[in-house]
Amino acid sequence: MNGPQDMGGLHGFGPVAPDPADPMFHADWEKRALAVTLAAGVAGYWSIDESRHAREDRAPAEYLALPYYALWIRALERLLLRHGMVTEAELERGTPEAGTRPPKRVLEAGDVAPTLARGAPANRDPGDSRPAFAPGDAVRTRNLQPRGHIRMPGYARGRVGRVESVIGYHVLPDASAEGDMRADWLYCVVFEAADLWGAAEGAGDRVSIDAWEGYLDHA
Amino acid sequence: MPHDDHDHSHLDPMTARVMALETLLVKKGIVAPAALDAIVDTYEHQVGPRNGAHVVATAWTDPDFADWLARDATAACSSLGYTGRQGEHLTAVFNTPEVHNLVVCTLCSCYPWSLLGLPPGWYKSAPYRSRAVREPRAVLREFGTDLPEGTAVRVWDSTSEMRYIVVPMRPEGTDALDAAALAGLVSRNAMIGTELAALPAA
Repeated sequence: MNGPQDMGGLHGFGPVAPDPADPMFHADWEKRALAVTLAAGVAGYWSIDESRHAREDRAPAEYLALPYYALWIRALERLLLRHGMVTEAELERGTPEAGTRPPKRVLEAGDVAPTLARGAPANRDPGDSRPAFAPGDAVRTRNLQPRGHIRMPGYARGRVGRVESVIGYHVLPDASAEGDMRADWLYCVVFEAADLWGAAEGAGDRVSIDAWEGYLDHA
Repeated sequence: MPHDDHDHSHLDPMTARVMALETLLVKKGIVAPAALDAIVDTYEHQVGPRNGAHVVATAWTDPDFADWLARDATAACSSLGYTGRQGEHLTAVFNTPEVHNLVVCTLCSCYPWSLLGLPPGWYKSAPYRSRAVREPRAVLREFGTDLPEGTAVRVWDSTSEMRYIVVPMRPEGTDALDAAALAGLVSRNAMIGTELAALPAA
């Protein structure tokens, strides 16, 4: 979506100002927000892409104003509601009601270490499928502007770059955000910075994105 | 940390909101409180930039490992015990005198958790996400990093589940150091690419 998350190249946000003290969490609620989001994800009703889309699919002013983990909590509430795991009344009053969908799986304490160590690989068996592009190919990114989720940044749309590598056959976020876990070929595509920004900040500067096959045409 | 207290009115709004949600999900049997504690403990105390620094120092001292890391970082890091969530697919990018690498996620906050832990606040911030792709050199200067003349910048925007780690150049004058001492020169920021490896203490 053309949303507030797509901020690569925007002006006006000011200095990065790294905090030398750099706390991992600014308050205890942030720790719980992280943990409850990861644990509820194990329930099995949504993908990481649906989760990302639930964070970004909101008014830009809200997205930009909310602290990072507050965005996670708003998104988690939305996902729980969408999948029928909780009701509005439950969120309002905190009292469980009958008739909601149970988790497919509950993450128990003893499963945390193996579950986190396993992760959730995104690569899939390509079967007979072969990549349409090879390293060195010139490609132009398509002018894709779906209302749904997509992982092509706006700054890289309609630009000519070069395939640097074939990363593999990976779950397509655009589809997985809607519950369809199909995969497609994924490439690392590199652009001259000057082709993205009009002028490069420095000689030879380049920027790469990872792009699925459906984002690309031969140039 | 049980949250059985129903009166959240004395708390700040975010604490109250998260506590209420956690309490509800525990009551409904969707999440287990001890699992939540274990997740927090994992990222507060167990997984962090020491993992990545170990990988870098190993690459600096073992050319075969460096080759493997360049070809298949996922397998090479796994051989040192670093696997898992937000590190399922890894690429290591090596700084050279010609090219300095910098990692960002403009669309959210993708970051190699298995090697570096959770991302720092600035990595997730709008200033970094918006500027790293467009004016990386200005961003680097805010971290006190001035690149030499003739070094190009390569920015890696983490738009897939591939996670990137920068292998900084080994500083001069470190021939006598072992891998453990070398790891001490490799900061988290050096593995994101906003800084260089530190010089050894004179």
